[in-house]
Amino acid sequence: MIINKAYAGTLESSDIFVEIEPADEGAGIELKLTSAVYKQFGPQIEEVILETLKANGIEDAKVTANDRGAVDCTIRARVEVAALRAKGEV
Amino acid sequence: MRRTMLFFPGNSPNMLLNAGYLGSDSLILDLEDAVAITEKDSARILVRNAITGLEYEKEIIVRINPVGTPFWEKDLETIIPVKPHMIMPTKVGTAEDVRIVSAKIAEIEEACGMEAGSTKLIPLIETALGIENAYQIATADSRVCALFLGGEDLTADLRCKRTKEGKEIFYARTRIVMAARAAGIDVYDTPWTDVEDFDGLVKDAEFAKSLGFTGKSSISPRHIPYINKVFSPTEEEIQYAQDVIDCIERAKAEGKGVVSLRGKMIDAPIVARAVQTLEAARQIKGGK
Amino acid sequence: MSKLLKDLKEAIRLSGLKDGMTISFHHHLRNGDRTAVMVLEAARELGIKDLNVNISSVFDTHASFIDMIKEGVITGIETDYMGGAVGKAISSGIMEKPVIFRTHGGRPGDIIRGASHIDVAFVAAPTSDAEGNCTGKMGKSACGSLGYAFADAMYADKTVVITDNLIEGILDKPSISGEYVDYVVAVEKIGEPSGIVSGTTKITKDPVGLVIADYAAKAIEASGLLKDGFSFQTGAGGASLAAAKYLKDIMMEKNIKGSFGLGGITSYMVDMLECGCFEKLYDVQCFDLGAVESIRTNPNHIEITAEKYASPWLEENMVNDLDVVILGATEIDTNFNVNVHTDSNGCIMGGSGGHSDTAAGAKIAMIVAPLSRARISIVTDEVLCKSTPGSTVDVLVTQCGIAVNPLRPELSERFKEAGLPVVDIHDLAEKAKRLNGVPLKPQRGDKVVAEVLYRDGTLLDRIYNVID
Repeated sequence: MIINKAYAGTLESSDIFVEIEPADEGAGIELKLTSAVYKQFGPQIEEVILETLKANGIEDAKVTANDRGAVDCTIRARVEVAALRAKGEV
Repeated sequence: MRRTMLFFPGNSPNMLLNAGYLGSDSLILDLEDAVAITEKDSARILVRNAITGLEYEKEIIVRINPVGTPFWEKDLETIIPVKPHMIMPTKVGTAEDVRIVSAKIAEIEEACGMEAGSTKLIPLIETALGIENAYQIATADSRVCALFLGGEDLTADLRCKRTKEGKEIFYARTRIVMAARAAGIDVYDTPWTDVEDFDGLVKDAEFAKSLGFTGKSSISPRHIPYINKVFSPTEEEIQYAQDVIDCIERAKAEGKGVVSLRGKMIDAPIVARAVQTLEAARQIKGGK
Repeated sequence: MSKLLKDLKEAIRLSGLKDGMTISFHHHLRNGDRTAVMVLEAARELGIKDLNVNISSVFDTHASFIDMIKEGVITGIETDYMGGAVGKAISSGIMEKPVIFRTHGGRPGDIIRGASHIDVAFVAAPTSDAEGNCTGKMGKSACGSLGYAFADAMYADKTVVITDNLIEGILDKPSISGEYVDYVVAVEKIGEPSGIVSGTTKITKDPVGLVIADYAAKAIEASGLLKDGFSFQTGAGGASLAAAKYLKDIMMEKNIKGSFGLGGITSYMVDMLECGCFEKLYDVQCFDLGAVESIRTNPNHIEITAEKYASPWLEENMVNDLDVVILGATEIDTNFNVNVHTDSNGCIMGGSGGHSDTAAGAKIAMIVAPLSRARISIVTDEVLCKSTPGSTVDVLVTQCGIAVNPLRPELSERFKEAGLPVVDIHDLAEKAKRLNGVPLKPQRGDKVVAEVLYRDGTLLDRIYNVID
């Protein structure tokens, strides 16, 4: 699968900015998360991001996420759109 | 009961989070004008997830992009499966426009195993052609359950200025009300666009009510209490409705056929109206 | 002998200030205050250390306290409120002794009954004469009321007035009488005017805040207390002010003549006074220029001491006469306990101020807060710090409905009767969890960095150090 660099979301309150970059095959997901609520929700956010990437068929990528207190359904939406854009499916 | 419909930009998580708590009877989650061309994909997925994830307790209307754009089909494919109450097709000019959208929705409903025809339509009429075809649009499809007037685009199409007095949309307003009522459906008025002018808003809403509109939409949460008040029955109206019902009950008990109240004969439409008023009052009590 | 001294250092020397003593300050100059830091720097230069600082509130303008703690100049802090800058450092555990948090009523109460002794009080005064007769109502650093400074000036062993507006002759109608003052020092500037009072406090335009305010005003109307003689206090937060505005509209429409408005006073309360919603304003602190102007010119706008405002040891205090107070919260739990001391990481960024005093005194203590802010739930199972006991909190108003303390079933009935959306606080907590998820508990150590005293001086809670 060809992955282009793509992003989705914003840095507004309650949103999350997600950027996906290509990585070598077999490299897996390298996720860098910064979050305003990292102490409270860091692991939960990472899990939701990884799960959504998997559901959208992204297996190898560098992913950067900057979270401003987004709830799960927003995180899922932004990751899905970033994934679709990275795959050129929009 | 729908007195107010409040627009929310479909790509703003923060606004979608609190959309259900701002006092409007219905929410219009917008994929059209409030969303940049480059973010159409983002907005429709965000709105889809908001509908499933945010426990809205209000009626959900999703405004989609017009037929003819590259977006409207994807909008429907993404949104219909999460079962919004209504879809608002935009720039609707003819009955055919409605049927195209309805057919696409039917396809998706079937594919998802949804009940056929469960998704309703509230066409947004905002062109001169749409106004002239209002009755045909209202009766084009059984999904259509209300009409909605869009004053901003309409005046652009008419090549006239949109004013606060609104004389330029007077014909459109009466025409669309007539069409909707002739078709036996509800009809909603265009938003008041001056966010700070509450006196103007109230006058405009009162005028719309006097013409027969069911309710009015808004782009500002601060407008909602004002519009709700205008479209809610007054104490006097509620009292009169109660008197009508009491009068009918009494007459029934006494076995009287013809009934009059305050020197006026009470016939079926008056009773129907009284029932509507009391039902509206019951639903509103305590709301905003 | 003249009380007027040439500089601060002379005042410090003559006051007899020594290592280990307690000095005090008021916070009427708020985030514009320069006096506390100025005095402490002078003390440091004189080689004095191990000072216990009793200051009615610590703001971010006092950030240099952090270095002075590290150097051992300051070894103790007693306060009613601590802003995030110093709060964060304290929470990391930089000071050996725990901070002592009191309430705005408990502080003067403890000073007066001798539970909290002050060796030297340094009173920043926007205007003073050479005898120490002083006021906050005039001068380039005018701050209005000096309510929090009275107990300090009257009960400290020595009192030093520091002013940047020394007038000739005798000051007419002083707030604090010179009889309590030992020394007077004139300096160039006691504060930065921009930080002392804000130009105008603005009502929120946030739609959620407005919905909360609307519910709050309607709930007060439905409570049965909104009638002639009504008394009221509100915070300066956006939603609280908006609630006051809606309340004013209802009072004007129904022609209700209240008795008094209380507390920290904003222009909105002044407006209510001028519109006849209240007969009097009792003012322990001015929040903005409109309030300062009003307390100077309107005889019905009256300065009161913090003791008169809220001391639990004074029977005829004002909070006991309050009908309704509207308050904020950073957290509230399902037992209605409120946290206003720490953020969601357990890091100090606030304090009681008059929160628990007014909650205890008022007939209805109403918390206004959104259900959550950027994924952090306000309604929780258990607050990280108990600032105000739930038994004194009556109502929580959120955008998702109004929760009433089960101790007040009659209020719940009244609200329902008025058609207001009454909800169970447990349902709000569950709703917040479904929306936001369940947060991880903050990592806290076992060092006590602060003790929270209730207004009567009893220990209410302990705050532990935060591990990063």
